[in-house]
Amino acid sequence: MLVAVVFMLLVVGSIAFHFLSPWWFTPIASHWQAIDDTIQITFWVTGAVFIAVNLFMAYAVLRYRNRGPDSERAHYEPENKKLEIWLTGLTAIGVAALLAPGLYVWNDFVNVPEDAWEFEVVGEQWRWTFRLPGDDGKLGTSSAYLVNIDNPLGVDPADANGQDDLIVLSNVMHLPIDKPVKMLLRSKDVLHDFAVAEFRVKMDLVPGLVSYLWLTPTRTGTFDILCEELCGLGHFTMRGRVVVDTQEDYDAWRDSLMTFKEMSDVESGDPLIGQATYPVCATCHGSQGEGVVALNSPKLSGQEGWYLETQLRNFKNGVRGAHEDDEFGRQMAPMAALLADEAAIRNMAAYITTFPEHTGDTSLSGDAVRGQHLYRTCGTCHGVNGEGNYATNSPRLRGQEDWYMKRQLQNFISGVRGVHREDLFGPQMRSMSRMLRTEKDINDVVAYINTLEPAVDQNQIADAAMQGGGD
Amino acid sequence: MAHVALADQGQALSHPQSFITKYVWSQDHKVIAIQYGLTAIAVGVVALVLSGIMRLQLGFPDTFSFIQPSEYYQFVTMHGMIMVIYLLTALFLGGFGNYLIPLMIGARDMVFPYLNMLSYWVYLLSVIILMSSFFVTGGPTGAGWTLYPPQAIMFGTPGVEWGIILMLVSLFVFIIAFTMGGLNYVTTVLQARTRGMTLMRMPLSVWGIFTATVLGLLAFPALLVSAIMMTLDRVLGTSFFMPAMVSMGEQTDYAGGSPVLFQHLFWFFGHPEVYIVALPAFGIVSDLLSTHARKNIFGYRMMVWAIVGIGGLSFVVWAHHMYVSGMNPYFGFFFATTTLIIAVPTAIKVYNWVLTLWRGNIHLNTPMLFAIGFIFTFIHGGLTGIFLGNVVVDLPLSDTYFVVAHFHMVMGVSPILVVFGAIYHWYPKITGKMFNHTLGKVHFWLTFLGTYSIYLPMHYLGFLGVPRRYFAYEGIDFIPQSALDLNTAITISALFVAVVQLIFFYNMIWSLFKGKPSGSNPWGATTLEWRTPDTPPSHGNWGPELPTVHRWAYDYSVPGAVDDFIPQDVPESEVKMAAS
Amino acid sequence: MITIVLFIFAMVGFAYWWLWRQRVLEKPWDDVGPEVDTREEIGRISSAAKVGLTFFLAVVTSVFALFISAYFLRMELPDWSPVMKPEVLWINTGLLVLGSGAIHWCSRAAASKNLRAVQVSLFATGLFTFAFIYGQLMAWGELNDAGYYLNSNPANAFFYVFTGLHALHLLGGLWVWLRTTLRVLAGVELEEVRLSVELCRTYWHYLLGVWIVLFGMLLST
Repeated sequence: MLVAVVFMLLVVGSIAFHFLSPWWFTPIASHWQAIDDTIQITFWVTGAVFIAVNLFMAYAVLRYRNRGPDSERAHYEPENKKLEIWLTGLTAIGVAALLAPGLYVWNDFVNVPEDAWEFEVVGEQWRWTFRLPGDDGKLGTSSAYLVNIDNPLGVDPADANGQDDLIVLSNVMHLPIDKPVKMLLRSKDVLHDFAVAEFRVKMDLVPGLVSYLWLTPTRTGTFDILCEELCGLGHFTMRGRVVVDTQEDYDAWRDSLMTFKEMSDVESGDPLIGQATYPVCATCHGSQGEGVVALNSPKLSGQEGWYLETQLRNFKNGVRGAHEDDEFGRQMAPMAALLADEAAIRNMAAYITTFPEHTGDTSLSGDAVRGQHLYRTCGTCHGVNGEGNYATNSPRLRGQEDWYMKRQLQNFISGVRGVHREDLFGPQMRSMSRMLRTEKDINDVVAYINTLEPAVDQNQIADAAMQGGGD
Repeated sequence: MAHVALADQGQALSHPQSFITKYVWSQDHKVIAIQYGLTAIAVGVVALVLSGIMRLQLGFPDTFSFIQPSEYYQFVTMHGMIMVIYLLTALFLGGFGNYLIPLMIGARDMVFPYLNMLSYWVYLLSVIILMSSFFVTGGPTGAGWTLYPPQAIMFGTPGVEWGIILMLVSLFVFIIAFTMGGLNYVTTVLQARTRGMTLMRMPLSVWGIFTATVLGLLAFPALLVSAIMMTLDRVLGTSFFMPAMVSMGEQTDYAGGSPVLFQHLFWFFGHPEVYIVALPAFGIVSDLLSTHARKNIFGYRMMVWAIVGIGGLSFVVWAHHMYVSGMNPYFGFFFATTTLIIAVPTAIKVYNWVLTLWRGNIHLNTPMLFAIGFIFTFIHGGLTGIFLGNVVVDLPLSDTYFVVAHFHMVMGVSPILVVFGAIYHWYPKITGKMFNHTLGKVHFWLTFLGTYSIYLPMHYLGFLGVPRRYFAYEGIDFIPQSALDLNTAITISALFVAVVQLIFFYNMIWSLFKGKPSGSNPWGATTLEWRTPDTPPSHGNWGPELPTVHRWAYDYSVPGAVDDFIPQDVPESEVKMAAS
Repeated sequence: MITIVLFIFAMVGFAYWWLWRQRVLEKPWDDVGPEVDTREEIGRISSAAKVGLTFFLAVVTSVFALFISAYFLRMELPDWSPVMKPEVLWINTGLLVLGSGAIHWCSRAAASKNLRAVQVSLFATGLFTFAFIYGQLMAWGELNDAGYYLNSNPANAFFYVFTGLHALHLLGGLWVWLRTTLRVLAGVELEEVRLSVELCRTYWHYLLGVWIVLFGMLLST
């Protein structure tokens, strides 16, 4: 009795849950309404089966339960061919009713319309980048073998088609509304998956081949790109955004992009010019970039040029240091503003990289053994020895001041740093820093980083000596 | 016609003398079965604890320092692999298969008892190798139970130092153990059935386990092959699965391999694997329903054909796990079709289970409750499989919590409910004692309702688009706080259900010592295992003479018979008929 | 892909045909009594062993078929370059044929209770088979000396894997051969080793067949 009632309640409850649940598909932003419709049809058919079979079962349990020794005997019926054939037939019809629309819509997905414009999504551990064809409408060839710090997408410089390709190194892509677009998906390293919930469609990125998906965006807005194929420790931080624009906004965005040729032609920074503008920085950061703890200025020497450039740019644009609680970051903004343009930033960074290595302060104490355990995750991006990695946009940590690292970690955790919408990798670092739940965690991991040996870069010292850098 | 059975051929079974040969190095299928069962359950408890820790992170993201992303992914991987392979496969085939097959077909033991014994110890070795990965540098692999390359063997995924190698070696050893056991199960069913036991007189439990074993023998090689190739890629630098790529900014030496090839091999194994778990469950639940409803299983022939049909079809559906893998999209048409076709025999089985209850005489004791609970959860899980099988519907749902909810329902909840039902059902046979009924029912209700409350809502997280295998969800605009709160609620349910299992363990152990003697056939079942002269069955099972089978396995409530069941070995002349 | 699909088709097809022969389409609830069971004998250990071996060979075929499927798939990619074939492989093939012949002779000798012949042929089987394996190692050596390492290119990798896997299975067979030979030397009755010898014969012929398929595949691609 109770059993039957419970099962009936479960059926009713499940249906109620379905209709009352606030968790349902996000409002669709692509033309793939047909997928949603197919899902609705599936719900109707499977829902009918769920209700019918379960209620029948509950009724059977109710009616035919044993009520003691005088209960009616069970009926002896080894099989009922007719009934079984009917049930098989009905099931087959139900299955066909689901398969037909499903395959019809799949056919649409597989056959990309002729007029769809194409662009490329390049995924890697753990970021998204994009490449659009230039005015020639063709993407140049690319290869994993050509990937390096100056050519992160591995575009073939020998292919004329690639020269005018537009490279997007941020993880934000724009699409014009109402135009069918085919996304060519390429991975530099491992399997990834490009997924935007509002678009409904997704597809894996497979190194060694180019996969695709296509859609027509149907409403403007900003949507999350999530990686949906486990790709290592940073999988859950591999995020991007798709912005669906009106045609005008899209054109404006597209015009702001650099071509592959322009990126390749960018001149590397001139340290001598940078040196000329450095003195104002020296007042806080020291004449050799060694940092001054009393002024809350971190050591700059030994840091990678690309990272220095990114941070200077971020300070200049208010992506970093603008938060009202970022007491010291806000001091950097006017400083960065002194650098007039990109060239100035590059020159400054180039000069800073000529400084000889200094060892940062170790002022904190913590459990370095425990810290090593915590560091395992950090090391995946920042390097097992804290040496940093351009590919994961992770700065060098070893040799850095521990008080500075602690403050930055706290800033990431509290959202003072890394939450600006234009901050490409801040959110990733924020996600990662959240795994340090207590102050002890921070102290311990920083204590461990303190133990990482800074390799004294003899070449750097030699270069500095040759150029007569510093005073 | 000479029908001289196995034991009476002068092929002596080994007759154990000492404690060690009776209970440790035993060649008796019943001892081996219990060894398998206890080992599988022990390792399953480990995996259950790992899942509890994973749920702690999902439910309370900012709270526990000891759960780092690398641990999280390692636990995700180990939980999955242990549950699917080392618990479910080992328990259903090594545990239930070993115990039930000889008894249900009237044999004294398996046909290769020495090999059978070896298979258990090799299985134990594979478990030890797997567990050792917790203690090596870098810890166990964190690549997900699917172990996809290139990431599984590249820096950036936990366990690339040693964990992945130990995992692959452990799987290799497991497959050897499985082959040894599997050869036993199929050959015993084919060769050692007692006189009168035709294939169509076998209970569905045997059909399920037999078919699953055949599937395993043909499908595990695919896992073996992919494990060998991945080990070579990792250890010797070959490029079976590894294309030219950049890792953390550096070029690698790999070139030309295909990650999708691994997925084809893995799922060629992986899909039959789920039926290797499901088919024994299907068979066993049929017998539970039949016995406790005092009614023959409805449509026995169709049930057999459905098991065999599902077995064959299971080999041609594998790429429904690969719809978004980047494989040739035209394959999607083929695999969606075969996948939805396989739904038909599966549905027939569900109808037949329910029709077995219809016009039965249903005794709602503990095994029956679990059997009915199975039907309910399997209907749910099977239907959600239809969503995923229809290729285009899989596009938004792939790699979301919808998939996680689906496979936990069909692999985690349903078969486990059958496991519990089966253990309760055969407990009196194995131990000679009866368990405590009240505790059994409490265990059922809390487990059944608890697991449903975990997984029903989880589907809706999937509809929303919440991805699986994520350590944390901050910064995703479309995921509302309510979804994260739901995660917390699910965690609490999960921890509760895990703790509830203590009731089961308590009941099993307490009843062993304090339970009432059950008698040889407390449920009034027809199948041969209840007809042994001793309970628990002694070595050699049948005493001096093997049974002879006169009828099929489901003569319940036969019209005109006094008793509402007629065991398989009762000749027609001895059936007590009611005076007319 | 086709290879493995065909293999599964064949296995499943055979299984369904066999089940049909076992009257799995008939109603079992109507018949009463043991006469329905028409098996002539039940549970003979020699039949059981042969059935067991047959299933084991199905498993091994599955392994090789999957590798072969992977091989064909891999061959289609643009970076394929066929591997050099050491001459010694021809000699090895001959040795394996002789080994198969020897064990075949042995099973005939065991049936006709010819102890001397059994002893000689067992020895010959071991000799030829070990020589085959040694020859395969020499082939590996030749490839290595010529600079074709396991990880140089995919064709090499497959070559090493195929030959290695095949040789490993032969070693497993040699384990059974060793036990049989020791029993014969210990003076056990020929009738008692007959089953072992027959099983070995089947196994050797099977592995010879596998080798011919693999060798043919390597030669032609």
